[in-house]
Amino acid sequence: MTTAPAMTGKARIAEAFARAHAAGRGVLVPYLCAGDPDRETSAAMLAAMGPAGADIVELGIPYGDPLADGPTIAAAAQRALDGGTTIDDALAIAEEAVKNGAPPTLMFTYYNPVLQFGLERFADALVASGICGAIVPDVPLEEVDDLRAAFAPRGLALPLLVAPTTPTERAQTIAAASEGFTYLVSRLGVTSASTGPDFAWIADRVASLRTKSAAPLAIGFGISSAAHVAAACAIADGAIVGSALIDAYAGMVGAEAVDRARAFIGELHTGTVRTR
Amino acid sequence: MNKPDARGYFGGMFGGKFVPEVLVGALQELEVAMEAAFADPAFWAEYHAILRDFVGRPSPLLEANRFSDEADAATVIFKREDLNHTGAHKINNTVGQGLLARRMGKKRIIAETGAGQHGVATATIGAKLGIPVDVYMGALDVERQSLNVYVMKLLGAKVHGVTGGTQTLKDATNEAFRQWAARVADTFYIIGSVVGAHPYPYMVREFQKVIGIESRAQMLERYGRLPTDVVACVGGGSNAMGIFAGFVDDPDVKLWGVEAAGHGLHAVDTAATLNAGTIGVLHGSRSYVMQTPAGQVLNTHSISAGLDYPGVGPEHAFLKDSGRATYVAATDDDALAAFHRCAEREGIVCALETAHALAFARDLARKRGKGGLVLVNLSGRGDKDTRQVEEHEANARAAALVETVRA
Repeated sequence: MTTAPAMTGKARIAEAFARAHAAGRGVLVPYLCAGDPDRETSAAMLAAMGPAGADIVELGIPYGDPLADGPTIAAAAQRALDGGTTIDDALAIAEEAVKNGAPPTLMFTYYNPVLQFGLERFADALVASGICGAIVPDVPLEEVDDLRAAFAPRGLALPLLVAPTTPTERAQTIAAASEGFTYLVSRLGVTSASTGPDFAWIADRVASLRTKSAAPLAIGFGISSAAHVAAACAIADGAIVGSALIDAYAGMVGAEAVDRARAFIGELHTGTVRTR
Repeated sequence: MNKPDARGYFGGMFGGKFVPEVLVGALQELEVAMEAAFADPAFWAEYHAILRDFVGRPSPLLEANRFSDEADAATVIFKREDLNHTGAHKINNTVGQGLLARRMGKKRIIAETGAGQHGVATATIGAKLGIPVDVYMGALDVERQSLNVYVMKLLGAKVHGVTGGTQTLKDATNEAFRQWAARVADTFYIIGSVVGAHPYPYMVREFQKVIGIESRAQMLERYGRLPTDVVACVGGGSNAMGIFAGFVDDPDVKLWGVEAAGHGLHAVDTAATLNAGTIGVLHGSRSYVMQTPAGQVLNTHSISAGLDYPGVGPEHAFLKDSGRATYVAATDDDALAAFHRCAEREGIVCALETAHALAFARDLARKRGKGGLVLVNLSGRGDKDTRQVEEHEANARAAALVETVRA
């Protein structure tokens, strides 16, 4: 007797979008930084995300020079690094959570740690750990071939980013090259909860992308409230929240931090229901 | 001369555009504007007029016959970039990028700075062209280089202390990229070295190659032949790329880059990236990087703030791997000795960065022997470093005294 082949990472991400869609919702994608505020809290928080209402989870591999991140995530990464968190730790935290039934999980990482780890070896490690893929914000379309060559044969998701400065035709090319979903950056600048998303341009961008493809679109950067999530889920297929979640448990560790994160995600989850 | 390929790689291996998507459009816009400017004789005419009237070019050559005074040693010749307005080669680049910013209609210029030299050079051209300047500088550097901070303010620039990470040049560069991403439409980012995403490494070299072109003509005019060796210090590597560019197509001219070894090449915190680093991605390009095996960028150490950087320009990585240039290193102590020797025997207080090149050039002149012509890029003057050297040596004397008393 043979068991059915395991679903690919890409397929599990697609399934998460499809399941939410069938329920009349958009997906909610929280970002956590592995090892922040400490390893145990971060593992417990990741485990709590599914029951709290997350459909997909992004787990950050801490990096000391995060060009695309604002002060909140940069500080979280620094705390994790100060605590000795490595790429292996991050993969182990994700693997354990996935084993215990966490939602489909993506790693969020800058390119250099992955380059040093080895692209093929990293892709193998993702598959072995049950992780669905990775988001690598400092690798634009021009430089993505090496990553794709490692990810595509393994069925791993590789969402690429579209920014407000991306011309329409290029956005369509990026969306076609994305595996899993396309990450719409909601405004200029870096990740931060202090400036909200610019939904006006996103609506236009989504409309232009929809003419070419039905592949899922998720909105991130500046999402910090249930109202933001509701707007994102009305326009696109989901919302990504990072800085606001980390801000929510600022200064806390252990059960207190986990409870706060769970409550915050529960609150944001109310925004995922499509009222149209 | 080497031109990067269409994707911005030197030798197909080093360079590229590793930046968030939000900046890709700006890099493309910059590349198009740069190519148009480079093809426009009027652009270069204005650039050279400003270099002549404002910067004071061409800079002279000086035979350093007391710095290298052994009878059987090669002749050492200084290219006097220290005589430029603002005291270093940095201004060649900021004039070029400043003119490009104005040509592109940008309303604001931003820059990163370590010791403050590039910040001052950027503030200077901002004042001259009437474009507001914001400079990002590590909070530690703001404290250590208060004089340059004040000079930037005098020139009308705003200086922003960066408190993230190690609070030095690496973090100032991260912050400048972030600030560019936040206001990309009307902002021009003037990078201070041959680093960053394509087209910066190539563009900055093109603005610095005036050093090499002048030197080559001056050598032929004065000596009737090319130098046997060209020596320059390398942090990010812009003064070195500038002078190398004049000679890279002359295969008999040996090119030497001198990195900062800090306490030594085997110290964990050396800044000698090409000697002790490994290939990685930092600040938008693939090159050598001082990093842990896990890919975290290391905090480096050099007595010279301008060389205290964990990355290096991708074209240098290419010149190293192709064997066209050789990269060596000088320690803090080597550099300090050369700093004093240059002051006492040539009447020039040079920058600590430059002193690394001088330390190696003296050894090379002995090895090369009579008949050799060793051209050194005297990349900057050392007024900015005098207080730091004085403090460093006072501390060293105090430590030695403590040792003596203990013994």
